[in-house]
Amino acid sequence: MNSSVQHTLSIRGLSKEYVPGKPVLRQIDLDVDTRGITAIIGPSGTGKSTLIRCINRLVEPTAGSILFEQQDLVRLDRGALRLARRHIGMVFQEYNLVERLSVMENLLTGRLGYLSAWKAWRRKYPQEDIDRAFELLEIVGLNGFENQRADSLSGGQRQRVGIARAVMQNPRLLLADEPTSSLDPKTSVEIMQLLVSIGEKYSIPVVINMHDVDLAKRFASRIVGMSGGAIVYDGGPAGLTDTVLQSIYGGEDWLQ
Amino acid sequence: MTVAWLALVAYMIFAGLRLDFTWDRFIIGLDNAERFLGRMFPPAILQPDSMAKGLLESLEIAILASFFGVLLSLPLGVLAARNLMPAWVSWPARTTIALCRSFHPVIVAILFVKAVGFGAIAGILTLIVASMGFIGKLFAEAIEEISLKQVEAVRASGAPFMSVLTYGVFPQVFSRFVGFATYQIDSNLRNSTMVGIVGAGGIGATLFAAFQRFDYNFVCAILIAIILMIMIGESLARWVRRILGVDVSKSDA
Repeated sequence: MNSSVQHTLSIRGLSKEYVPGKPVLRQIDLDVDTRGITAIIGPSGTGKSTLIRCINRLVEPTAGSILFEQQDLVRLDRGALRLARRHIGMVFQEYNLVERLSVMENLLTGRLGYLSAWKAWRRKYPQEDIDRAFELLEIVGLNGFENQRADSLSGGQRQRVGIARAVMQNPRLLLADEPTSSLDPKTSVEIMQLLVSIGEKYSIPVVINMHDVDLAKRFASRIVGMSGGAIVYDGGPAGLTDTVLQSIYGGEDWLQ
Repeated sequence: MTVAWLALVAYMIFAGLRLDFTWDRFIIGLDNAERFLGRMFPPAILQPDSMAKGLLESLEIAILASFFGVLLSLPLGVLAARNLMPAWVSWPARTTIALCRSFHPVIVAILFVKAVGFGAIAGILTLIVASMGFIGKLFAEAIEEISLKQVEAVRASGAPFMSVLTYGVFPQVFSRFVGFATYQIDSNLRNSTMVGIVGAGGIGATLFAAFQRFDYNFVCAILIAIILMIMIGESLARWVRRILGVDVSKSDA
């Protein structure tokens, strides 16, 4: 566990059983320290989403350790976990925006961890947070949308708000759980491009789980293939040969 | 099935006979009603002071009880929501709500009159209990229907629990809460005219006294005044909903 290299994220022996005796994740070991995109691919139900959600403990791991900035996230109590979560941004498949709040309020949600509940309730955000929110709106291409209600946006626009909200946290790690699965192909590419450029601009490692292999190959610098709750491939996109893909997804007809 | 229907019909005939629920009895009653109604008109305000004082007191009871009832039912509803709270929190909260709802306000009012004495304070406490039961239950149910995805996102940002509530939960249920609250204000206004009958303050006391003195024309005047008060209250509630931008007829999707 005491590796000599400091990784941003260092997962050791991570297991998760929703039902005792039926592990969804089996002894996962994974280090993330590179900038750029790490894509986790694999068939549905293989635990990709569970893995991502274990990192910020939206799902409680059954065993193992998750070292993030010298802290084992698995062992943190509620208060410390909350503080640690502030540094981990998360983007969701269904965007998970607060539908009835404005785009600006949704962005500022990313600052809630840094603000007392009393100030948040009265919408007393520091000016720098508001400035940053406007800056991010521009970066994600939603200039002038700040007062629109989130439920009036299209899917692609919502995901842009979701990404901006995560970046508002000033995260040192960005997680994305199937961020393009609810979007059309063109918008999916735009969202992936945005995630890449955000990762580069702020030097944050981005871990994305996705089921679109072509999209993963095109944008990820590293690909982690999962099958049956275990990692079966870890390497560059070039190494994803048909044989490797078969070991991840099984079968071969779909490769034709 | 047929047996169940037959049993129900048999029981209804039995109960009706026992209670003298017969046509003849109804005709005798009509006779009485005619005399009663005849003496109600024309309505007359026999004791303007007593009536004004009673109406004002009812209004005050309704407003105070609504204010504190709404205020208290907010945390109670949150605590009772099983999707936000662990069982050891939601269970006592749900029990409290169930207790608040189990008795009719008249019974609660009698209990409070015995406990804290005659007067408006008993009426206020009664209607606070009623408000907590009604709003608390519906608010908890509304929270249990929210989308947890939105809550999850706020939680993932490291927000403190209170901020998760104000940003992830309340925006989803706010308009329904306002709907419940304004409905309850309406209901409190109506009930504040009743608690006086058992000595818990308000116009009910005046009304009851007028009945006992057979001042039916005064009774009629009081009833008309109550109707007016309720109608004004209803339009006020509508106005509040409009100001807060809550369209009750629209769905909450």
